[in-house]
Amino acid sequence: MNYYQRDMECAPAESMRALQSERLVKTVRHVYDHVAYYRNKMAEAGLEPGDIKSIDDLHKLPFLTKDDLKSAYPYGLLAKPLSDCVRIQSTSGTTGKRVVAFYTQHDIDIWDECCARAIVAAGGSNEDVVHVSYGYGLFTGGPGLNGGSHKVGSLTLPMSSGNTERQLQFMTDLEATILCCTPSYAAFLAESLISQGLRDRIKLKAGIFGAEAWSEEMRRDIENKLGIKAYDIYGLTEITGPGVSFECPEQTGMHINEDHFVAEVIDPETGNTLPDGSKGELVFTCISKEAFPLLRYRTRDICVLNRDVCSCGRTLVKMARLMGRTDDMLIIRGVNVFPSQIETVLLKSGYSPNYQIIVDREKYTDTFEVKVEMTQEMFDDTVKRIEAREAELLSALRAMLGISPKVTLAAPQSIARSEGKAVRVIDKRKI
Amino acid sequence: MTIDQLSIFVENSPGRLAEITGTLADAGIDLRAMSIADTKDFGILRVIVNDPGRAGEVLRSAGCVFSVTKVLAVSIDDKPGSLSRILGVLAGENISIEYIYAFITRKKDNAYVIFRVEDNDRAVAAFTAHGVKTAGANELYEL
Repeated sequence: MNYYQRDMECAPAESMRALQSERLVKTVRHVYDHVAYYRNKMAEAGLEPGDIKSIDDLHKLPFLTKDDLKSAYPYGLLAKPLSDCVRIQSTSGTTGKRVVAFYTQHDIDIWDECCARAIVAAGGSNEDVVHVSYGYGLFTGGPGLNGGSHKVGSLTLPMSSGNTERQLQFMTDLEATILCCTPSYAAFLAESLISQGLRDRIKLKAGIFGAEAWSEEMRRDIENKLGIKAYDIYGLTEITGPGVSFECPEQTGMHINEDHFVAEVIDPETGNTLPDGSKGELVFTCISKEAFPLLRYRTRDICVLNRDVCSCGRTLVKMARLMGRTDDMLIIRGVNVFPSQIETVLLKSGYSPNYQIIVDREKYTDTFEVKVEMTQEMFDDTVKRIEAREAELLSALRAMLGISPKVTLAAPQSIARSEGKAVRVIDKRKI
Repeated sequence: MTIDQLSIFVENSPGRLAEITGTLADAGIDLRAMSIADTKDFGILRVIVNDPGRAGEVLRSAGCVFSVTKVLAVSIDDKPGSLSRILGVLAGENISIEYIYAFITRKKDNAYVIFRVEDNDRAVAAFTAHGVKTAGANELYEL
């Protein structure tokens, strides 16, 4: 069994808790001293840094939510001078409400190490060619796995997303052995390889797939089609990016890098911490970061934690597959989509604010349809002018969302309304 | 002379067309001519009716999206070559046709061709110059 940082990944429970306590106390003091936002929040809760003496006191700290991140945008939660920061990453977010996360070099190193652990757990070493087809840029997918691959010493192919022909060419010519991308893109690449007769020309042995929910059935299908072992990976920009947790060969959940990120599961209604094994909202506390160490950040992801002994030897707690989200954000083909973004585009383009988002999954790829009601203003007696307006709407939606929906024009007043309000999202995906 | 045609948005779902024509039928509207343009996900129903004003009212109260479009109607002999001849008139003047449909009548030995062109005035002038008469509203509505 290979590990990137065995001492942390296989640490005995008591020493991990001791380390977490030490780091938590230090981080609480750090943010209290440097971030007015935290100072105020802690004061409201009647807390001082001295009240947090160990990991057992974690539950005393107030939660942070996406709303806190919005109101503190952009610098309100920054715990280091900008001169000490070297990188910004961002979520796709809604208009004007993006989350920007800051990293010092120390923070980047931690992140890269977390991704390196994921790559090594998937069998990666300096003998491997790591093909990264996550997007590069503000999105954390590409930079995270890229950094991890460098740490491992693998030859890194920074492909980014899109341009499937080029992906296939590099994958075959340069003999990529580990593929990193969203599961739906992996499924698509697998289909393309097979239809182009290139299946026998690839050297892939493993895949690290994340940034969207996927099923066990989809995993087995990708594994069979590509002849690889497929590993899940989880993360969020607010906490660091991919690598917050990663899968080992046992494939029964993702090990959380607890030496950096302390996980709790809470009851989303009461905020009470739930025992391991209970289903609830996942909350993370960063205990080793410098620039953007969020404390008790509510992810809105619904999940279960499991401390059973793992055959891989890692003692890091495992989180099950995500079971849904508590808010209205949709993740479609790995991209965050908010209904409000679609509404903004429709209103600007002269369409009715009555719309419906229909998400489904066909052949492991998300289908994404936006159904809008035709209006008197947008109507014309010729097909070509209506289609031209439809094309304009489509490109405006693509510009806002980063992915293209199928636009369907519906009759006025035809979109179902319940209790006077339209049902905005119909998610038919069964994962 | 132009004719008022109603162009109605039809969502691509079973029964929608029956619903719209049913609305017109309930109001006693008589269809003189019709055609449908269809695409992958919607259609446009184009009709010439005996009472466009009344038809517009009932469509509006039924919540339909529609427009009133000025089209040209030309009466031609119901025999080979007639359509080709009048299309040649428009082609000769380089006038684009958006769409076209035709129907024959029981009462006369002729057919009517409905034209939606880019420029009605130029098309009427071209037809007149070549001795082609465009039909007025009364002629059509009272067929």
